[in-house]
Amino acid sequence: MGFFRFFRSNKEDTSAKLAKDRLQVLIAHERTGRGGPDYLPMLKQDILDVIKKYVSVGDDALSVQLESQDDCDVLELNITLPEESAQPNQPSEEAKRRAMERRQAASKVT
Amino acid sequence: MTKTIVVTSGKGGVGKTTTSASIATGLAKRGFKTVVIDFDVGLRNLDLIMGCERRVVYDLVNLVNQEASLHQTLIKDKRIENLYILPASQTRDKDALTIEGIARVMHKLRKSEFDYIICDSPAGIEKGAKMALYFADEAIVTTNPEVSSVRDSDRILGILQSESKRSKMNEEPVKEHLLITRYNPSRVQDGQMLSVDDIVDLLAIPLLGIIPESPSVLDCSNAGKPVILDDESAAGQAYSDAIDRLLGESKPHRFMEAPKKGFLSRLFG
Repeated sequence: MGFFRFFRSNKEDTSAKLAKDRLQVLIAHERTGRGGPDYLPMLKQDILDVIKKYVSVGDDALSVQLESQDDCDVLELNITLPEESAQPNQPSEEAKRRAMERRQAASKVT
Repeated sequence: MTKTIVVTSGKGGVGKTTTSASIATGLAKRGFKTVVIDFDVGLRNLDLIMGCERRVVYDLVNLVNQEASLHQTLIKDKRIENLYILPASQTRDKDALTIEGIARVMHKLRKSEFDYIICDSPAGIEKGAKMALYFADEAIVTTNPEVSSVRDSDRILGILQSESKRSKMNEEPVKEHLLITRYNPSRVQDGQMLSVDDIVDLLAIPLLGIIPESPSVLDCSNAGKPVILDDESAAGQAYSDAIDRLLGESKPHRFMEAPKKGFLSRLFG
């Protein structure tokens, strides 16, 4: 082990670096939930359910942040909607339109 | 003025009891009248680490329930003048403690002119842990250089900032100190362990000390002797430095560097 570590110049891919990066993300996430009102997680779930009625999104598509400013609290919602092309194995709207035109043209010929 | 210090961590097994024993012993050794309270009701262990397990007659729950007096419950340390141990109950559970009951005990300790009350918190974030930190003026957050311990420390800092008496009464916040235990500088150098800087950066609280991983910690707990009394050991010296910093002295941190290795041992070690 020492042999390989000695020659590994890149400090970026050590497990300690990985641990720190993971913790940075996690702790920042957990701190935002802290101190906020108790209903925040439920509010988030309800908003997510409403979005899901119209768009197919994952559970991580919504981020809710509560920030306290001078005299008011700001509730910030970020919803990541999937791109059209993000649905695998499904024809795009453009492809469907072209196919429709092709079929209509073909039926006129006969 | 009595100062109440909680030793806490969230995660279990990081060295809260070892730290409580050494911090209390170190303060008493410097002449302060000190009591260390075991809040881990049902899982009493401070008595073993302090080496007074055969002298326990009454415990914290007896005192809270007014079944015994303070004088009857406190165990006087045989090595250090001014040092007293208040053991937890082994047969009851954490529900036996109430804020009102603990408040009465704290009041009695203040009247007995203790300089320091060290509260050894149980692991977790439940009633026992919240009870231990409720009356704190200062907190020593004990953390291992390891992901789950750092995360749990951050969680317990949140609880200190929202559920301590000081926060509820809108007083000056609890003074926080970071104590990193079981630190292994050579593993840090090899990139296998979170460094002091990483942890300070993540938790963003002032560093009280770094206790290096040391065989003497186990040796001392085997013998029922707080490791701070082992002047020879790195861990003992590191705790002693931490006491100086707790008392306001500024001291450079030691035990952060791995012993220098030769070229061949670096290559094949």
